[in-house]
Amino acid sequence: MASDFELSLFVFVLATFLGLEVIRKVSPLLHTPLMSLTNAISAIAVVGSILVTGRQESTLSTVLGTAAVTCSMINIVGGYLITYRMLKMFKKSGKGAK
Amino acid sequence: MINTIIPLVYVAAAASFILALKWLSAVQTARRGVIGGVLGMALAVGGTLLKPEIVSYHWIAVAFVLGAIVGVPMAMMPMTAVPQRTALSHAFGALAAALVGTAEYYLRTPKIDVLTMAGLAVEVLLGFLTFTASLMAFGKLQEILPTRPITYRGQNFVNLTLLGLAAVSGVVLVAAPERTWLFPVFGALSLVFGVLFIIPIGGADMPTVISLLNSYAGLSACAMGFVLDNHLLIIAGALDGSSGLILSIIMCRAMNRSFANVLFGAFGQVHASAAGAEDRIVRSATPEEAAPILANAGLVIVVPGYGMAVAQAQHKVRELFDTLTKLGVEVRFAIHPVAGRMPGHMNVLLAEADIPYDRMFAMDEINSDFAQADVALVIGANDVTNPGARHDKSSPIYGMPILDVDRARTVMVIKRGMSPGFAGIDNELYYLDRTLMVFGDAKAVVGSLVKEIAAANGMH
Repeated sequence: MASDFELSLFVFVLATFLGLEVIRKVSPLLHTPLMSLTNAISAIAVVGSILVTGRQESTLSTVLGTAAVTCSMINIVGGYLITYRMLKMFKKSGKGAK
Repeated sequence: MINTIIPLVYVAAAASFILALKWLSAVQTARRGVIGGVLGMALAVGGTLLKPEIVSYHWIAVAFVLGAIVGVPMAMMPMTAVPQRTALSHAFGALAAALVGTAEYYLRTPKIDVLTMAGLAVEVLLGFLTFTASLMAFGKLQEILPTRPITYRGQNFVNLTLLGLAAVSGVVLVAAPERTWLFPVFGALSLVFGVLFIIPIGGADMPTVISLLNSYAGLSACAMGFVLDNHLLIIAGALDGSSGLILSIIMCRAMNRSFANVLFGAFGQVHASAAGAEDRIVRSATPEEAAPILANAGLVIVVPGYGMAVAQAQHKVRELFDTLTKLGVEVRFAIHPVAGRMPGHMNVLLAEADIPYDRMFAMDEINSDFAQADVALVIGANDVTNPGARHDKSSPIYGMPILDVDRARTVMVIKRGMSPGFAGIDNELYYLDRTLMVFGDAKAVVGSLVKEIAAANGMH
């Protein structure tokens, strides 16, 4: 049985390759929305932040955790909203803009 | 029971994130990509909140509300401010990872194994340095800080020494995590390195640096995944990390420079000006003279650059696009990968001004079209159009792929004055026989071009 660390390393390597393949195909047209979307996705740090805050093990960890959840939440809300706003602006000829 | 459901929820979240990025690859499906991302995040947050180890929701709820209060206005910032907004959100993302790392360290020491501590060290190092580096990038983009690179003697030595010290203190902590006095030193070194790291970087290099910081923010979330043994964090962090990496590679290639050169080269600072440039002749034209050339063209290729963003000229450019299109002129937009201050910056600005995305072309798609173009209209772009990059071996931008605007029948350049671009290099393009310089503010000039063309052709 693989150790936890070994398994994590496998997941990391495979996810990186998958990411490289998927993202290489993104059109240069959408590089700004790509960055704001991946930025929102990397706010996945919210998972660790919630755990640290919710376990309430020490005052320090609760304070740091609350700050971390706030930061992550800013990126989740802000990141997805602005990506959506940007993508809504991309129109084809003859649609919306006459 | 709940502990068997949560891993399944996490797997679904990871799948949603991957699909989200896949959908984002084309404009037609991109909006679905955002929905995929939101779904993934909702599953991740929902699954985590269900964990039995969470004893209190009080502070989590407070933080959710606070985050939303700050996050919504940040999403409503104008499109011209997108680069600085992005830098700011890299800062928030990285800070979250660093704070969690710090909290975990103090909770777990001294019973902390080597691998966990190594993960924590990477998380905290990347988190803190990305936090201050992104704040600095924000300051430069917002022009609170000087955008020119700031250099001093021995700068690279100081920076590398500092990074080395941070790395050594990280390694010592991994070997002996109980030395709690060292942890604040380690954190402080990372923070200071982030500041010094951005000081020598100039505005023109921001697209690469922002991409790199994007990658670091992802990798710090990834390191958190190793610490918490949470594969969802590893996957989402790795996706962000690889996205940032690809973008920074694309940006470096588009400037024909290496990573090391971008990070330590302090580009665009002092360059001996090209000899003899002063006595060369420049042909200039007023908007009245330039307008008929545009109106009588068959194909016009517009080359926007950062100057268009600074002058907020994109809406006037849209009016020009409409006016010329009505006259039967074919208008296309040529976008260099490093035009603007972040990858894709020009596309977003043009899209905001309602210019259809099927009129925007990347450098390799459009470069062969310039030979057929009647007019190449350069608005606020400079170095990316410099023909010197092809043959002038002494030029700092020698070898950089450029837009072949000099192959168009007429090149029209809208520019404030003859000052060189961010790379501090004189642009040969301005001295060509076929080049017409139209001096003035981009917004005002394009506005008068529209008026002239409309008046001459009986439009209102």
